[in-house]
Amino acid sequence: MKNKIILSVLLLFFTFCFVVLYKGLNNSNIYVPETKIEKTLIKFNSIDLYSGNKVSSDQIFVGSEYYVLNIWSSWCVPCREEHPKLIKLSKNKSIKLIGLNYRDNPKNAKKFIKEFGDPYFVIIKDTKGIISVDLGAIGVPETFIINKDKKIIKRFLGSLSEKSLNEINLIIK
Amino acid sequence: MKLSTFLLIILITFNFTNLNSEENNDKIKNKISKNIRCLICQGQSVYDSQSDFAVSIKLIIDKKLNEGLNENEIYDFLKNQYGEWISYDPEFNKKTFILWILPILLFFIGGAIIVKKFIVQKR
Repeated sequence: MKNKIILSVLLLFFTFCFVVLYKGLNNSNIYVPETKIEKTLIKFNSIDLYSGNKVSSDQIFVGSEYYVLNIWSSWCVPCREEHPKLIKLSKNKSIKLIGLNYRDNPKNAKKFIKEFGDPYFVIIKDTKGIISVDLGAIGVPETFIINKDKKIIKRFLGSLSEKSLNEINLIIK
Repeated sequence: MKLSTFLLIILITFNFTNLNSEENNDKIKNKISKNIRCLICQGQSVYDSQSDFAVSIKLIIDKKLNEGLNENEIYDFLKNQYGEWISYDPEFNKKTFILWILPILLFFIGGAIIVKKFIVQKR
């Protein structure tokens, strides 16, 4: 009787472990950081890609209801796929599209823009990747929606899809 | 002569203390980067990785150390930016208590079984 109880408890334990681990197999093992809603944008200073002038975040994030900050780089392949969508998005005049050029060679960045078009209101440089870390970004491309109170209200990891474009349009409506 | 020797000693000592503080900073930087997970390269610490993300994190650790932040403040900054998962040393909280308690619990249960089986039965 005692052995039977031990056996059934063991069996139950192993079944439980099996189910938990089997379910875990289907989970994605790519880490997605928790998106903290309403996180305030940290103040930063940068350099304009074209003019070479110093610009602060206070100068950039002014005069619009919503801002879309896109982190991109000329060496990043998904950024090329995403670019036409950004051009489409730039036609919406109620947003200010800001490009953050992540760890890139300015020459290559300008070549990229010349080839694919310039959707951005302003492009600022993040040569060392420090501004991106301040934003909580993990790579390129990444897009942040920021409201007029300078709060990050939404973030998109990776290349923007049609679905995310629709989401952005819904937010800024 | 004496004065010049004295000045020389002071100069050398000062230089070495400077070197020491730099070495110290490097040590802390390495320690922190070994405890921080590289989020885009699975299974590697920021210290081991050469990815753009890891290089940026190393730069920011350097920057924060130069700004005068201590080790814990840097961990807190990174956890605030990227969540608890970035640290290889999870804090004791609601989500992680099983992780911390289970080994101790299993140790005691195992110990109790051993005591019961071998020591109590022998008597």
